[in-house]
Amino acid sequence: MTSTPQAPLARLRRELFATPLDGLITLGLVGFLLAVAAALLRWVFFQAEWAVIQANTTLFAVGRYPIEQQWRLWLLTTLLAAATGLSWGLLRGPSRRWPVNDQLAAGILIVLAVVGSWALKLAPAIQLRWCGIAALMLAVRWAAGRWGHTWPMGLRRLVPLIWPLLYLLGMVLISGGLGLMQVPPSEWGGLLLTLLEASFAILLCFPLGILLALGRRSDLPLLRWGSVVYIEFIRGAPLITLLFLGQNILGFLLPGGLAPDRVWRAAWVLTFFAAAYVAEAVRSGLAALPAGQLEAARSLGLPMHQALIHVVLPQALRIALPATVGQFITLLQDTTLLSLIGLLDLLGTARTVMANPEFLGKNAEVYLVLAVLFWCCCAALGLGSRALESRLNPLTTAKA
Amino acid sequence: MPSPAVTPWWRNRRLMPWLVQGITGLVVLVVVAFLVGNLVRNLTNAGLLLSWSWLHNPAGFDLSETLLPYNAALPYWRALLAGLVNTLRVVAAGLVGATVLGTLIGVSAFSSNGLLRRLGRAYVELIRNIPLLLQLVFWYFVVFLALPGGEQAIQLPGLVLAKSGLYLGRPELVNGVWQGQLRLTVEFGALLTGLVIYTAAFIAEVVRGGVASVPAGQWEAARSLGLTPLQTLQRIVLPQALRVIVPGLNSQYISLAKNSSLAVACGYTDLYSVAETTLNQTGRAVEVVLILLGSYLVIDLLISAVMNGVNAWVQIKER
Repeated sequence: MTSTPQAPLARLRRELFATPLDGLITLGLVGFLLAVAAALLRWVFFQAEWAVIQANTTLFAVGRYPIEQQWRLWLLTTLLAAATGLSWGLLRGPSRRWPVNDQLAAGILIVLAVVGSWALKLAPAIQLRWCGIAALMLAVRWAAGRWGHTWPMGLRRLVPLIWPLLYLLGMVLISGGLGLMQVPPSEWGGLLLTLLEASFAILLCFPLGILLALGRRSDLPLLRWGSVVYIEFIRGAPLITLLFLGQNILGFLLPGGLAPDRVWRAAWVLTFFAAAYVAEAVRSGLAALPAGQLEAARSLGLPMHQALIHVVLPQALRIALPATVGQFITLLQDTTLLSLIGLLDLLGTARTVMANPEFLGKNAEVYLVLAVLFWCCCAALGLGSRALESRLNPLTTAKA
Repeated sequence: MPSPAVTPWWRNRRLMPWLVQGITGLVVLVVVAFLVGNLVRNLTNAGLLLSWSWLHNPAGFDLSETLLPYNAALPYWRALLAGLVNTLRVVAAGLVGATVLGTLIGVSAFSSNGLLRRLGRAYVELIRNIPLLLQLVFWYFVVFLALPGGEQAIQLPGLVLAKSGLYLGRPELVNGVWQGQLRLTVEFGALLTGLVIYTAAFIAEVVRGGVASVPAGQWEAARSLGLTPLQTLQRIVLPQALRVIVPGLNSQYISLAKNSSLAVACGYTDLYSVAETTLNQTGRAVEVVLILLGSYLVIDLLISAVMNGVNAWVQIKER
């Protein structure tokens, strides 16, 4: 409990061997950890056969997306890398040395691009492309950090706008239209489908959840009860039954031909599902805000919508941020359920790969890779949310 | 020219709320009427208008394991009931297991042993960031289906883990096949393991938060009265922490019950899996979805009712 500085050895002793019982527990745990680590390392390097991943990287990445159209996805990845570098550089501002976190991130990126694509045994041309994309991101980050602050303020204000534009452009690039060949959603798969469904649902469930949370706290009984019924209905049902409902009943609810494709049905169900949970997260933020905030804003003469937009929501959403991002993380994980209704998301693709006689019984390898992938994505989202939280916190910003 | 004293109609404090609600209600009504109209029309065209008589037709499919006596000649409602009982069984076992494991891990955050504390933290971070479905298929395909059979089965005191199932008590090997009083299938074992390990990570956070909410002075006071750490936890801290823990447990229990519907991924015949088969055979989408939603709602409400009772019991008794 105390934080007095001590010699490392003394600290180690206090932490691990304070009492004989503690010493025993420590020895037992160390033995257990060593055994697990040794078994895992032996399996990873000597027993596992990684060919099942190496031979199917394209399938895992984009599913059955037509090969001659895949340049569109490469273009999108390149644009995303450039946009990330730009936002990253502008966010950090002009400093000659990169902060430690940035150096770390850049290092991880380079290692991933070089070692990752080598370990996956990608074709040399594709390895080169990934290295190029990583280099582009870092170069743009460097350039934006170096010269970004010399741009006029108006231009810099416009930069965040590239993200919605890029999202729309990405949708066009992926699905076709505007002169590009149509690629039907049934041919999207793997990581592409997982990310598409998750990003679509996250983008739409957030505003929907805010509206529901405001509705639930509204003074108007009809709005309040409508929101309560919706939120509790959705939260009472397992996601899989709602996906099941979407796949089997949506066709009956809409006039013939209007019902969306199976992929989009699932995306809408995910959106409406997550909205109920985000609504509860936002409601906790609204509840934590003193009532005086709204009353003060109203008594200053702000109309209701302005009071909400300028006073209440900015504070409430900041309080609700960790819970909301927690819901986004859950949503990303929930996309695996799409494999149960026959869509080829990452897990669904994995199942088709393992049904191939050539790779029968290679479950452990595939599931381990998927687990690492999901773990990294979810942990990164969690870290990002904590960073954003401390950045938005007026107390820490005032100190900085 | 209107005098400035007259409030325009859109600022009317009595009219506007009703107008807003009226319009919202009207829009919702129109949308619902449109959807239900389509539903009725489409179902009529498909010859599937709401009816429950099909529940009495013979189901014609077998279930791999049931607590209730069941065979393929019995009607659909018996199949669905058997599925529901299977769901309740795994939920009940899961609640107990997850609570025990979650409490242990949650309390480990307050151990004097630094390694134990960090290991508990690592467990929570590892498990929460991997999708439950992925964990379930891992336990089923990688661990439980790879169990050795016959002589090579893993034999622990009072427990044998074999490919053919998990045997409790004192099973015997008869002609290379394990025989025992208490046999659990590997499907049940995989689902239960996955649910317990996943939910325990969340329960651990609830327990940790609850214990952390007890002021440090309570610990110190108990220690200076001469209570041992275990006594302190048991007599002083937990009774106070439970008031914070119980509401959190409630929502974790409900999500465990809902998550049990992923049983279909590891071949366990729970309610959802039976319902899916039923839909494929009968095409009765609306009825099946209604049964599913209703059943899970009832399970959720049951858990909430019990936990609210527990909550009332652990709250501070005021005189």
